[in-house]
Amino acid sequence: MSPQQEREPIISIRGLKTAFGATVIHDELDLDIYRGEVLGIVGGSGTGKSVLLRTIIGLNHQKKGTIKVFDKDLDALESAERRAIERRWGVLFQNGALFSSLTVAQNIEVPMREHLALPKALMDEIAAMKIAMVGLPPDAGTKYPSELSGGMRKRAGLARALALDPEIVFLDEPTAGLDPIGASAFDALIKELQQALGLTVFLVTHDLDTLHAICDRIAVLAEKHVIVTGDMGQMLSFDHPWVQEYFHGPRGRAALQAKEQ
Amino acid sequence: MTQTGEFASLKFSDTPEGARAEIQGRWVIAGLAEADTALRQWRPSGKPAVALDLAALERLDTAGAWVLHRTRKTLRAEGLQVEYINVQPDHTALLARVEANDAPGSVEPRQSNIVVVVLAEIGETMADAVNEARALLGFLGLLMATLGRTIANPRRLRGTPLVYHLEAVGFNAVPIVALISFLIGVVLAYQGATQLRQFGAEIFTVELVAISVLREIGILLTAIIIAGRSGSAFTAQIGSMKLNEEIDAMRTLALDPMEMLVLPRVLALIIALPMLGFIADIMGLLGGAVMCWVVLDITPALYLQRLNEWVPLAHFWVGMIKAPFFALMIGLVGCFEGLQVKGSAESVGQLTTKAVVESIFMVIVVDAIFSIYFAVIGF
Repeated sequence: MSPQQEREPIISIRGLKTAFGATVIHDELDLDIYRGEVLGIVGGSGTGKSVLLRTIIGLNHQKKGTIKVFDKDLDALESAERRAIERRWGVLFQNGALFSSLTVAQNIEVPMREHLALPKALMDEIAAMKIAMVGLPPDAGTKYPSELSGGMRKRAGLARALALDPEIVFLDEPTAGLDPIGASAFDALIKELQQALGLTVFLVTHDLDTLHAICDRIAVLAEKHVIVTGDMGQMLSFDHPWVQEYFHGPRGRAALQAKEQ
Repeated sequence: MTQTGEFASLKFSDTPEGARAEIQGRWVIAGLAEADTALRQWRPSGKPAVALDLAALERLDTAGAWVLHRTRKTLRAEGLQVEYINVQPDHTALLARVEANDAPGSVEPRQSNIVVVVLAEIGETMADAVNEARALLGFLGLLMATLGRTIANPRRLRGTPLVYHLEAVGFNAVPIVALISFLIGVVLAYQGATQLRQFGAEIFTVELVAISVLREIGILLTAIIIAGRSGSAFTAQIGSMKLNEEIDAMRTLALDPMEMLVLPRVLALIIALPMLGFIADIMGLLGGAVMCWVVLDITPALYLQRLNEWVPLAHFWVGMIKAPFFALMIGLVGCFEGLQVKGSAESVGQLTTKAVVESIFMVIVVDAIFSIYFAVIGF
């Protein structure tokens, strides 16, 4: 991988401050995400990983600081411009967040139907292709979310996030609640799609195996800001009690061994 | 097609080797509609060798790649030899990935014959109704057994939740119950006065208001308000506890949900509803008194005197005696539906609606039974 200076940041966060009432979640947080990388965000419970994700995608508003996506300051945009940018990213929520009254295929077609004028036949074909792409069986398209298992719901959620061929994908704990086999398969799927489609992936996770398996770079949230970013090697040698504990704890060692094998 | 920029464009031509489509511009999902239609209608003539020339392709995403793949597939199915030519290295992986994920699929849920669906639904609804009635009866029995155990051993009664629910379903409902029954008293008196005046029988307005409020309306209205207010709350509370596996947790800790959750709620309702009914009676009579005074010049003193002389106390007792039974129905249905919740939050919403409708229905059925009974015994 080339040095950071030469790469183009696709998301760039500067001096971010978020708070709920008097509780400050982030303060003076800086973070860059580069095109084509898989960035994993880790941190203890309550350090605001999901809040950071929600702030970038605009579900939560920051108190201070700027967030630039595709080199545009999100807060300075007209709503039409903002919607245009929102179409260039896809979000997978923790439990898929599929619309329960629509079938899986209809869920995937929602963004296409709302934002684009495409012939119905083409939308159906694209939906069927995305369903296959995320590894769901063809008959999953006609099923309702309540008829799917947790892992299948996540895959369907990923298919919906990918419906408009976004450049950035935000994943909130993609492997949480999956069994280890399902989690590894989901990791592999993300990596595969990321390479095939040239995605930039912003990944919030607790899963050390995911970090080892697919992340190019890791950012650690602690003390209200990003204390370090870098690859796994840098994480392992970084001198901070939480980082040491996290990556060298029993689970961290197990994940490292699994990676080495 | 000649647009460039945001849109996918293409140019058809005939070469000595065969028909050719030059794929140009940005083949991304946003601008595909026209190119898709054009390619669907494309019927290359001449030699069987057809080429899709990708040399001038600026951008490609999965949707664009799909359209190319589908075109090649359909034309091949028609017996033509279709090939991509001049594929740029950037696009090979994407084209291969899309080709690998060509799977048949449909969008709408499967639908069967409408007659069959309607018949099946009628049958299902009937079967459900019977099963539900049986289950509700069983639940009543279970509640009675729990009540019996609690009476035999009063220390088992949960005091704190009982008092909490008394406040929630009783005390907190006083303002709305009082206001609505006052207004109903006003409406009854006004309507009665207008109609009875035609016969010069205005003075009977007092009896009209008093008998209808005391016998039926006071308590029925209260029961309906409480079914909407507390029956629904019971379903939602117990339902979300069920979703959160709290009920299962109770069972594993050898706690009886009937004793912990259902009994305090039902008992609180049975205690609170007669009190609320009493308040509704008083407020209804008060509303009637105010209206009689304003419209008919019947002074409060005269109103009270007429009440005393012409409205026997039996009417009050007829109303009051129904209250605990209404309360039992509301509490029973509310808690029962709460325990039926499974799956998703959506089911909490559905069952809450069902609980309200069902408990109001049950209240009116019980009221009808009482009316017939009182008519037969001449009370």
